[in-house]
Amino acid sequence: MAVIESAEPNAFRRMWRWLRGYPLIPIFVLLVLLVFPAIFADVLAPHDPTQGAIRNRRQPPIFFGGTWEYPLGTDRLGRDILSRIMYGARVSLSISLVGIFVGGLIGVTLGMLAGYFRGWLDAVIMRLVEISLALPAILLALVLAAATGPSFQTIIVVVAFVLWALYARQVRGEVLSIRERDYVARARVAGASELWIMVRHILPNVANTIIVLATLQVGSVIILEATLSFLGLGVPRPTPAWGLMVADGRQLIVSAWWISFFPGLAITLTVFSLNLLGDWLRDRLDPRLAQV
Amino acid sequence: MQRYLARRILQSLITLLAISVVVFALSRLSGNPVDALLPDDATPEEAAIVMQEWGLDRPLHIQYWSFLRNAVQGNLGDSLKWPGETAMAMVWQRLPATLQLGGFAIIVSTLIAIPIGVLAAVNKGKWFDGFGKLIALIGQAVPSFWLAIVLIWVFAVHWNVFPTSGRGGLEHMVLPAIAMGWYQVAALMRLTRSATLEVLDNEYIKLARLKGVPEWRVIWVHTLRNAAITPLTYFGVIVGYIFTGSVVIETVFAWPGTGLLAIEAIRARDYTVVQAVVLTFAVVFIVANLIVDVLYAVVDPRIRYT
Repeated sequence: MAVIESAEPNAFRRMWRWLRGYPLIPIFVLLVLLVFPAIFADVLAPHDPTQGAIRNRRQPPIFFGGTWEYPLGTDRLGRDILSRIMYGARVSLSISLVGIFVGGLIGVTLGMLAGYFRGWLDAVIMRLVEISLALPAILLALVLAAATGPSFQTIIVVVAFVLWALYARQVRGEVLSIRERDYVARARVAGASELWIMVRHILPNVANTIIVLATLQVGSVIILEATLSFLGLGVPRPTPAWGLMVADGRQLIVSAWWISFFPGLAITLTVFSLNLLGDWLRDRLDPRLAQV
Repeated sequence: MQRYLARRILQSLITLLAISVVVFALSRLSGNPVDALLPDDATPEEAAIVMQEWGLDRPLHIQYWSFLRNAVQGNLGDSLKWPGETAMAMVWQRLPATLQLGGFAIIVSTLIAIPIGVLAAVNKGKWFDGFGKLIALIGQAVPSFWLAIVLIWVFAVHWNVFPTSGRGGLEHMVLPAIAMGWYQVAALMRLTRSATLEVLDNEYIKLARLKGVPEWRVIWVHTLRNAAITPLTYFGVIVGYIFTGSVVIETVFAWPGTGLLAIEAIRARDYTVVQAVVLTFAVVFIVANLIVDVLYAVVDPRIRYT
């Protein structure tokens, strides 16, 4: 399509052209819904997330007969839903970051070892990858929750267990081709140790893949965490987790719809934006990952 | 072909064996299973007697061996909380409900996803493609449990067109199937779209057009037949999603299937029933993937059996 350039683009227009290349709306939504509340919940939240005023229970949100005191209404115990959503962002963000970090660390390490050393190590690791991919996440969570009871650590284990195999498979595939490159052979001739080659010559070349994979996964991890919380297999009450909040309002959907509605909306908008951002990052950094 | 089949079956069995080890190991991680059987005020002597009765005083590898031997015969032990029921019998009793709802969800989502995917590919870059992309993005962002609650709120309570919960006729399945299937629609649609785009690029499609085959035939017969192979491989994954999704959806809609059983068993701390559900799901998932792989090789002779 032909673009007609104006004769003298002013500063505003230049700025706009530069910004247009970035996914601004998703970034904005993420900052407002996820990152700022997670970091500054203590300052931003108007009320205590776990201590409610029981006399003010089931207050409707503003514009639905409520007041600015509780913009999104209150739940069964009179706790402010807005404040709980803000603190819930902290739970979602910390679980997905820690879970992705642990899973990614295990997956990248095993994937690099498998791809670099090949042989029996590769065979064993890839077998483990297949087994892990064959065991659906919620089932593992069911077993773990039945065995040890729900907790922050349980979810991290589940998330890491679900994620590591994807990293291992992807990284291994890339390492297989990178290890054949000339600069790897030269480094070896120059006397570099295996560890040095892996960390200094191979890892930087799979970094893009790892970053894109991690970004694409934050959204699905947030959904997984919320689902587990919803089923009572996630963080225990009274921690304000988004999934738990939806579960709290489930029975009251007729009389107090806002208790379930707003936390679920927060999940949806957050994950929607994360996926848009992940797609954009993938197209920028690593278009080959389009199949993942 | 036979060697490929044998190899795939062997692989599936190894995977299943590994899953059984994980499930067994976790069951022993939880501390003493006897605690779930006895009241809190049981003396250590009484606990020891019960442990002996259940064979829990033997070394772990021997316990695993007898667990495995029984499991192969379809015996996963008695329910700890529902007296007189075996865990497997409880699963069997609930399985038809899950298969019914899951099957319905799979059929409906396939019938929706594949035409949209094909049309999006044919109209690449136009408004319909954008519409399809939006559906996919929403499907991947909306958590199914929340979608289920919102659907109940709008369609069952507010407009009163569908029942809120329970098992019954077709009208009972509509809302749960939508909640369960939307994510599947999103994923399947994206796959169909990219597969169709690839096929449309081929010489034989151009040849069909040159020969004067009507456009609808080119798209819905020539192209779809070749493009359908990619989404087909995805069906193993879909079966897995549907079964794990049943845990969530059946809980929200009080649909009396295996997913709801799993949650009930966890709440009752009935470990043997949880074990039975998880192993059943794993078997279904592995068998579904095996069937897909074999079908894949049958449908597309270009695939090498390695």
